[in-house]
Amino acid sequence: MAQGDPAILQLPAHSTGLGQPVAARGYGKPSEYEKNLQRRESPGLTRVSQSSVAFAPLQGLFGIITPNGLHFERHHQGWWDIDPRQHRLMLHGLVREAKVYTMDDLMRLPSVSRIHFIECGANSGMEWANVAVPTVQYSHGMLSCCEFTGVRLATLLEHCGADVKKGRYILAEGADGSGLTRTIGMERALDDVIVAWAMNGECLRPENGYPLRLVVPGVQGVSWVKWLRRLEVGDQPWDTREEALHYIDLMPDGLHRQYSSVQECKSVITTPSGGQVLLNKGQYNVTGLAWSGRGRIRRVDVSVDGGRNWKTARLETPVLPKALTRFNMAWNWDGRPAILQSRAIDDTGYVQPKIAQLRAVRGTRSIYHNNAIQSWLVAASGEVSNVQVE
Amino acid sequence: MSRWNKALCAMALVLAANQAWAQHSGIGRAATPAEIAAWDTDVRGDFKGLPPGSGSVSHGEVVWEAKCASCHGSFGESNQFFPPLIGGVTAEDIRTGRVAGLAKGGEQRSTVMKLSKISTLWDYINRAMPWQAPKTLTADEVYALTAYILHQGNIVPGSFVLSDKNMAEVQARLPNRNGMTRKHGLWETRGKPDVKAVACMRNCGPEPRITSQLPDHAAGSHGDLVEQYRLFGPVRMAALPVASAVPAAAPAVVSDPGRSLADKNGCLACHAPKQRTIGPALAEIASKYRGDSGAESRLVAKVRAGGQGVWGTTPMPPFQNLQEQDLRAMVQWILKAE
Ligand code: HEC
Ligand code: HEC
Repeated sequence: MAQGDPAILQLPAHSTGLGQPVAARGYGKPSEYEKNLQRRESPGLTRVSQSSVAFAPLQGLFGIITPNGLHFERHHQGWWDIDPRQHRLMLHGLVREAKVYTMDDLMRLPSVSRIHFIECGANSGMEWANVAVPTVQYSHGMLSCCEFTGVRLATLLEHCGADVKKGRYILAEGADGSGLTRTIGMERALDDVIVAWAMNGECLRPENGYPLRLVVPGVQGVSWVKWLRRLEVGDQPWDTREEALHYIDLMPDGLHRQYSSVQECKSVITTPSGGQVLLNKGQYNVTGLAWSGRGRIRRVDVSVDGGRNWKTARLETPVLPKALTRFNMAWNWDGRPAILQSRAIDDTGYVQPKIAQLRAVRGTRSIYHNNAIQSWLVAASGEVSNVQVE
Repeated sequence: MSRWNKALCAMALVLAANQAWAQHSGIGRAATPAEIAAWDTDVRGDFKGLPPGSGSVSHGEVVWEAKCASCHGSFGESNQFFPPLIGGVTAEDIRTGRVAGLAKGGEQRSTVMKLSKISTLWDYINRAMPWQAPKTLTADEVYALTAYILHQGNIVPGSFVLSDKNMAEVQARLPNRNGMTRKHGLWETRGKPDVKAVACMRNCGPEPRITSQLPDHAAGSHGDLVEQYRLFGPVRMAALPVASAVPAAAPAVVSDPGRSLADKNGCLACHAPKQRTIGPALAEIASKYRGDSGAESRLVAKVRAGGQGVWGTTPMPPFQNLQEQDLRAMVQWILKAE
């Protein structure tokens, strides 16, 4: 380093040679240097990979939009790449006229584009009782956020003449082997639910339901039925497997809560986070994500002393209802152990709880809807690990 | 035409266009009754949608052995593909309609422990099982299989015949029929939250105490974290014990094809060189079977089928799609581990 940095003094090949031509890749790919950021399974969590989860690498993402190739995946019976020319959507039940739509039909209807988060009801589910996984990818990675484009479900219901007085519920069904089914309340269906064909400017990815999926803002991912083929209007909930046998929350007295759907206000620091190491003392940007299934994020506070003292973080725009919101806060690490936490508050005034507060009401076995404050311990060595504090 | 009139005409045209739009005429078509019947197979809690038919426990046993037992075990007890379907309910539960075992901690929750509506089971088997060939069962087979599972769960006797006529009787015997509640604030957006925290800002509560940390044995459970984050920036991923046990750069050593196959097929996610993680350490496996000439073939079969019990209760998933020669290369490589 006598004269300076060799990265500056010795001109590299890319400055002294000819680069790649246009369209060398018809569909662009991330840099070779980014190949570590992959969605991944959590070993031992599930038994077979066609009914499993691949977690999004939140530790490496920026802003609020999840790149399509890194969107988390959850299937019950494997995924398919369905020919959109053969795909049909049927709407029937308590309607004036049962109808069949092709993709061509649907795409002629007035469409909307909205940014929303999707979170699996079981996100952070492994940590109800204790710390179980090393990084934010596995603790919070069943979370993604996209701009979805499609037709409002309300438009289709009106088009078929749905009886919205008697027909208080809608059943949504997928076209895959699992024929996944979930009941959705009519009030919600008429509000902000979308029958979507696009995410982030391109058609849905097959793993995410190509060519058609339901978008149910603020509600857990299982209701966002993929490969959507059927919507039935009825006067009662259906009690399907994914609402009566799974995605039910076990309470301490042995009673299960059914139809728990809303993803309550939650946040997590994505950097620095578990498994990482701070290279040296000095300034860091503490950054993370906040979201609420009930509306917009109003405020995010950050603590570096395990929750004794808090400072309000900076929210980046846009701050949208039922969408991820990015927060940032500058932090000067003095080299001593620290415990980092974030706490989100939504526009209903609801404050993200501590894990002890959740456990006091729901025990430790409910699996679903763990929206507790996450703690990351920074050791004097700079190593960051997943901890729970009281 | 005056300018005013022209403007009015233009406006009328725009309005007419809007009208046509709002009706979305010519979009979609009426569904035929046959089309609706082909897709509308759902069976609701009140049995709306249940087709006529029947099936006995003994017929169910035959179908089960042929189409279900390979994954769920002969009695629905298997843990290999999915938690057990049966177990954990008592005669007292059938009487009360609340499974007492659910109020206790720990043990596995079987399907019959949680099941509150018989229709849920019927509808799910009909739409989704067998897992690799769903929607291939007849209605009578679905009745028979449902009866067989209920019999394994001690809910109906071995002589029982289940049909659309007596589903309600069985419903009245389901051990967890009273075990569900919809009274909570998490269904609708405006529901009332059950936990209320306050946003204290300064000197909040006592000094925090760490109550849980990642257990040592789980440290390497998720593979080499260094390979899961980018290699620049002010924070990096820390190298874990598992990662450091593998020499970082060893270009001179010719890589064993068994090793790269094991890496590619995700075996190393559960098997570390020296420590026990989710599965046994490679060195442990090698030393257990040293000098056992039949071990290689037995282990190839074991990995293909998956299984548990040799090292503990955690199951290894099956790897049915791997080539015989690849499996053999991996097992050979594992058996050489030190
Ligand atoms: C190839 C393996 C396989 C076969 C064969 C199979 N299953 Fe399954 N079964 C599974 C898997 C995997 C799941 C879990 C699916 C999921 O995660 O959504 C499952 C789930 C179930 C469930 C739901 C349990 C619950 O608690 O939600 C029932 C009931 C069931 N199977 C019954 C059957 C019946 C009846 C048959 C025979 C007709 C059968 N299975 C054949 C693999 C199989
Ligand atoms: C999800 C975790 C997991 C994965 C992935 C996994 N294993 Fe295993 N493996 C286990 C467990 C758990 C056991 C112990 C099973 C037992 O106790 O019988 C085991 C046992 C073994 C054994 C010893 C079996 C015996 O009976 O002693 C071998 C050999 C083996 N695995 C090879 C492999 C190979 C090869 C792969 C990749 C194709 C692989 N494993 C992938 C979890 C896993």
